[in-house]
Amino acid sequence: MKSKIDLVNNSKTDRMLLLINKIILILIVLIITAPLLYVLFGSFLSPNVLLTKGISLNPDDWTLDGYIRIFEDGSIVRGFLNSIMYAGGFSIVSVLFSILAGYALSVDNLAGKKLFMLFFIVTMFFNGGMIPTYLLIKELGMINTPWAIILPGAVSVWNIILSRTYFKGLPNELKEAARIDGASDLKIFLKIILPLSKPIIFVLALYAFIGQWNSYFNAMIYLEDQSLYPLQLVLREILIQNEVQPGMIADQLARAEIQKIAEMIKYSSIVVSSLPLLIMYPFFQKYFEKGVMVGSLK
Amino acid sequence: MARIASEKTIQATKNKESRKNYIKKNFVLYLFLVPAVVLVFIFNYIPMYGVTIAFKDFSPIKGIMGSEWIGFDHFINFLQSPNFQQIFMNTIKLSAFELLIGFPIPIILALMLNQLRRAKVKKNVQLIIYAPYFLSTVVISGMLFIFLSPAGPINEFLTLFMDEPVAFMTDPAYFRSVFIASSVWQVAGFSSIIYVAALSNVDPQLHDAATIDGASLLQRIIHIDLQVLKPTIAVLFILAIGGIMGVGFEKAYLLQTDMNLPASEIIDTYVYKRGLQAGDWSFGAAVGLFNSVISLLLLVIANTVVKKLNGETLY
Repeated sequence: MKSKIDLVNNSKTDRMLLLINKIILILIVLIITAPLLYVLFGSFLSPNVLLTKGISLNPDDWTLDGYIRIFEDGSIVRGFLNSIMYAGGFSIVSVLFSILAGYALSVDNLAGKKLFMLFFIVTMFFNGGMIPTYLLIKELGMINTPWAIILPGAVSVWNIILSRTYFKGLPNELKEAARIDGASDLKIFLKIILPLSKPIIFVLALYAFIGQWNSYFNAMIYLEDQSLYPLQLVLREILIQNEVQPGMIADQLARAEIQKIAEMIKYSSIVVSSLPLLIMYPFFQKYFEKGVMVGSLK
Repeated sequence: MARIASEKTIQATKNKESRKNYIKKNFVLYLFLVPAVVLVFIFNYIPMYGVTIAFKDFSPIKGIMGSEWIGFDHFINFLQSPNFQQIFMNTIKLSAFELLIGFPIPIILALMLNQLRRAKVKKNVQLIIYAPYFLSTVVISGMLFIFLSPAGPINEFLTLFMDEPVAFMTDPAYFRSVFIASSVWQVAGFSSIIYVAALSNVDPQLHDAATIDGASLLQRIIHIDLQVLKPTIAVLFILAIGGIMGVGFEKAYLLQTDMNLPASEIIDTYVYKRGLQAGDWSFGAAVGLFNSVISLLLLVIANTVVKKLNGETLY
């Protein structure tokens, strides 16, 4: 986008600054990538090698042991499937309900619109907090059920406002023309608005899915059965609480050996759990940017 | 848009037939609102009522209605408890330092990225610095334990120059630095998206004109780019202040070790431990309410101040 004048008139200090800028950005890229690569390489090394030699590029030192143990045990795989269910269910509820409400509130002369907006916006500024919410979930009998993960927080005011802003930005003439033709609001929404709303639906679903996929706290307080644990809760046991899943060390008896294997499994479980999102997000990059743009319109 | 709206209303009232239609149509719109209203009512409004247990001696057997009112006892207990000052200051310090360091970095990063001429290079750099955002809090915390443990790679490097490994994860003195540095590492790149997007709206001719007038690169960044970012910065700053008391609870809880508690115990982790783990429901709710009220106050103050300075406002 820069024109030629710009290049010609760059003074010496300006060029110097641009060079420093590039060097700092290269350093930043290195700081971001180094820990990620360390974990990735570390996951293929036996604990003994990692302790003595550090990151070794010698193929003789490489092993898939960590990964094999993860898949033999199955708790990560189960957590993975649970997380897909929770994050999927959460995104569907969140997007569907937010979009419906956002559309209704985007219609210009809906009576009581201001009251509804107020009803939603109040929740941005005030909430009951952790304890009253927990007591409510308990009262509803949702403890230890997937509903405790999927329903609370699914309808976010933020999403309603984002979709409302998006719908307001759509050309009004489309709706007007359909209305003159006698189409009902339902028909207008389904046949005209929805097909035009793929970007916003995708953006909201993406953020909802990632947010839910990466969270652990609600699962920690609401779920008791290990069989219901999402991936992040299984990871918490492995990474934070240093608990080894029994299936991962079925063949080991010596304590020291188990401790070493536990270390190795940390690396491979980080890779297994993070790789799917890390591989997929570049394909969605433009949607993240779009989401931010819609959001910045207020 | 307002004109079209009023025209529509006039039309609708003029024509009886279409008015009937209009109500029918609107009925669908209200139906659209029902699921969101119901869920928000249940999961947001009912807990607001539930927070009254902060003023009661709540027992699960008696229920919220049946428990006795005791006024502000729990609040007074919290304010007078020996660890109040520490927990409160931990919360304020952690959030304030995070804001102070974490808020400007994405802005600077966006200004720097904006100077990259080749679109492809810029895009690839962005792609790389966004990556850590997609790691979960559990993974980030797990990585910190791996990297910063006494035998971990960072200490292996540091012990080349020092006699003893640094106790990053257990010494309270390092808790905030570890917490904030890792947050910056994780989200600064992704947070710059919004500023990069705003900068892409800058008319390149402005820069050309300024260059012809002899403006240096730094002058152009300050007087053109930064001015364009001002409204975005203002809105995000208000939001950040409002969120200050609730910052990073999930990560703080994961990074807590018995030894770093003097620095890592913040209000939210305290609420969780006292309220949920120890079953001290009313006390936990009171501490939580104390926290929300302060957040709300900060949000209102921030909004007023920014409005005065800048004319930008959130509500």
